[in-house]
Amino acid sequence: MDSRGSEPSTVTPLRETATEGLKIVIVGGFGVGKTTMVRSVSEIRPLNTEETMTQAGVGIDDAQAVQDKTTTTVAFDFGRISLNEQMVLYLFGAPGQERFWFLWDRLFSGTLGAVVLVDTRRLADSWYAIDRLEHHGTPFIVARNNFGDDAYTLEQVREALSLPPEVPLIDCDARQRESSKAVLIALVNHLYALSSQEAAS
Amino acid sequence: MIRRPLHSEDPDRLYIVTGGRSRADESRLDLVTLIVSECEPAPGMQSEHVRILEMCRRPTAVVEVSANLGMPVSVVKILLGDLLDTGKVTARHPQHTGTGRPGAARLPRPEILKEVLLGLQRL
Repeated sequence: MDSRGSEPSTVTPLRETATEGLKIVIVGGFGVGKTTMVRSVSEIRPLNTEETMTQAGVGIDDAQAVQDKTTTTVAFDFGRISLNEQMVLYLFGAPGQERFWFLWDRLFSGTLGAVVLVDTRRLADSWYAIDRLEHHGTPFIVARNNFGDDAYTLEQVREALSLPPEVPLIDCDARQRESSKAVLIALVNHLYALSSQEAAS
Repeated sequence: MIRRPLHSEDPDRLYIVTGGRSRADESRLDLVTLIVSECEPAPGMQSEHVRILEMCRRPTAVVEVSANLGMPVSVVKILLGDLLDTGKVTARHPQHTGTGRPGAARLPRPEILKEVLLGLQRL
């Protein structure tokens, strides 16, 4: 009997042999192209879910600041890539706004690393994300979503973000599968270099 | 950080689904822990448990269960905790994670990252 119950037909199951889930987080401001990037490389249509937490005391959202307790809900989407028989990489598109970071540890501890996706028209949106990633000790690279008409050079972007020289900064077009794939490869190459240094020290 | 989810998010429904519990043993399940059903749903089971057992016939990550059920991750962890405790599902925990803590060995070994790279290059 092949009854899939109430599951939608779009569900693509993992291999039976899958044992190892891995995480990479794509962080960026609203509308910068996080979901686009997830979609362009994911083997499933991106899914969406949320996490909630209650914060006692001062509200995180201005609208709720008068309440004693604030429930923070963070929605995020994700896709996945089966890397081999055992390993499955989950890609999370996560909002970079302040309240999100209260949930970082709960959601993304153990993440391999992060991609900060930036739009040069709204670079300031990225400052906080970069600061928080540094604070959490999460290795990351920065990718500028560039449709080919960006007025700034990468060097100017690096300067505007006060990005240390050891953090890779690259251009991408999140709509293009090959380009998004290159971003992930750049991140993992960076992680590989860091891990090799750790192993040698 | 205060870890008390669920207090005001759709309270009635979430209260019923979780039997009134407001937190799971969070250290036990990661977003990408893969869940596998070990039995078929039985009559009288809670409907969410039935749906989980159906969708986890093949390995399914905690976060996918959450998305498919349309429930917050923390609620799903509670539901999965019940099924784990009674042996109805098993969990395949991630082995090669970073800890995210400065000073700790926070990255997987280079060999593991090499496998990730090879997988991405094959895309």
